[in-house]
Amino acid sequence: MKMIEAIVKPFKLDEVKDALLEMGVQGMTVTEVKGFGRQKGHKETYRGQEYTIEFVPKVKIEVAVTDAQMPRVIETITRAAKTGSIGDGKIFVRDLVAAVRIRTGETGETAL
Amino acid sequence: MVIDPARIDSRTRRRQGAFSVIGLTIAVMLGTLAVFTGSVAAQETAAAPAQAVAATPVLKIDTGDTAWVLTSTALVLAMTMPGLALFYGGLVRGKNVLGTIMQSIVILCLVSLLWILVGYSLAFGPDKGGLIGGLEWIGLSGVGSEPHPVYGPTIPHQVFMLFQLMFAAITPALITGAVAERMKFSALLLFAALWSLVIYTPVAHWIWGGGWLGKMGALDFAGGAVVHISSGVSALVCAIVLGKRKGHGADYMAPHNLPFTLLGTGLLWFGWFGFNAGSALGANGLAASTFLATHAAAAAAALVWMGVEWAHRGKPTVLGLASGAVAGLATVTPASGYIGPFSAIIIGVFAGILCYFAVVWKGRMGYDDSLDVVGIHGVGGVFGILATGVFASKAINAAGADGLLFGNAAQLGIQAIMVAAVALFSVIGTWVILKVVDAAVGLRVAPEDESTGLDLSQHNERAYS
Repeated sequence: MKMIEAIVKPFKLDEVKDALLEMGVQGMTVTEVKGFGRQKGHKETYRGQEYTIEFVPKVKIEVAVTDAQMPRVIETITRAAKTGSIGDGKIFVRDLVAAVRIRTGETGETAL
Repeated sequence: MVIDPARIDSRTRRRQGAFSVIGLTIAVMLGTLAVFTGSVAAQETAAAPAQAVAATPVLKIDTGDTAWVLTSTALVLAMTMPGLALFYGGLVRGKNVLGTIMQSIVILCLVSLLWILVGYSLAFGPDKGGLIGGLEWIGLSGVGSEPHPVYGPTIPHQVFMLFQLMFAAITPALITGAVAERMKFSALLLFAALWSLVIYTPVAHWIWGGGWLGKMGALDFAGGAVVHISSGVSALVCAIVLGKRKGHGADYMAPHNLPFTLLGTGLLWFGWFGFNAGSALGANGLAASTFLATHAAAAAAALVWMGVEWAHRGKPTVLGLASGAVAGLATVTPASGYIGPFSAIIIGVFAGILCYFAVVWKGRMGYDDSLDVVGIHGVGGVFGILATGVFASKAINAAGADGLLFGNAAQLGIQAIMVAAVALFSVIGTWVILKVVDAAVGLRVAPEDESTGLDLSQHNERAYS
């Protein structure tokens, strides 16, 4: 099993969610996060006082998937979240050692 | 150093684009002004003469005059609450919004009572040596519904007292912008009470209550010196004595809710018609010309601030437009009852430019005037009082005087004396009051409380939960 973490532009969240649901992903966890990569931040000016905002708002989507699903999930997120401009985000994948469905006690891939 | 020519190019082109738009606007404005300035004298001399002050005014209540001044009184109330409260509340960080709003409102309540009990008598009571009013009218003794010959012969004396109460209330509230996000609530209460009695009442007396500046012929129609210089200069002293906010210059301290600030701007502009046009103390031609001058200066200053910022920083900002409007209103205040619309536009144009650069250059001066009371009210107040000595015309208000532009250079000298006297007195008085308050209760909240924010640390409340 793998845990896929995708950091994407907030306005792309709905498109990514719909694409994942369509390809058979059953659930996901979404968090509003801030950070920066190569995009860096933006400038704000208030009465001549300039602020450089380094951390840009992003959305982090976490999806737990089977090893078999992983390549397609990554491909789907990449396609749905892409605008082609700087700041589109990143996808990170880690090994997932266990999963439990609390209601039934199922474990492993059946719990996903 | 590697320079990307394409980037510089596009930026320069964008700048040039902005400059040409602004350049064109300013050229049109200046061209129009040149034509106007030429005709200012002619037009304003030809304007209908305002009502002359009769030697022995007839004391008779006029219902129209009374209704207008009562309405104006309520308009000035709206400037403090909720106008100034929202204006300042939007400019601070979200953790300090209630504390900031609270300061304006509590000062309104506190000063209102002090004014009724002793303040009005000290400011407007029978003159004692040109310096202060006597205690004869303490607790409003003798201040009833009969008109007073000087303070509005056609309105009840109590109406004049109430109108002035609103001025007394907003002035210390203006100072709270300089101490925002760090002053202890108890210290603020003590400071406002002392400041109102020790600084505001004498200054109001000198200029409006029969004191030495008024006798000298100093012109301050609605409070350029009494309200804006006194609060603006005191704000500077407060910002220096209190010190900077924790994290000033390093932390993100952007306004947390600019729509609040815009609501406040709207209420200030709206209320300012009462502040200035109400100072005519009657529903008459002078009130109308004052109303016009007030509006013209505000609109001009707002546009000019926006344009200067556009040229200087590349983008026109909403906060810039709002700040320009307030700068124009503050600046035209002392002149508003003595000038025509074209003089008002010229004053507004200069207000927009001067106050913009005063606010931008604040960063280099090393003090933390958090919400720019000095740059807007201090600089605007000083320029406005001096401009009154330039643009005032007896053709607009026979009870006033002619300024430099109408052949009376001496008036500018009198105005300069007023600036110096009010500024010097405010600096020294405010410094002493701050030292007293510091010794009594301490001026600043504890560093941990400052990080937490005033809302929770001073009031056990949060604006947004």
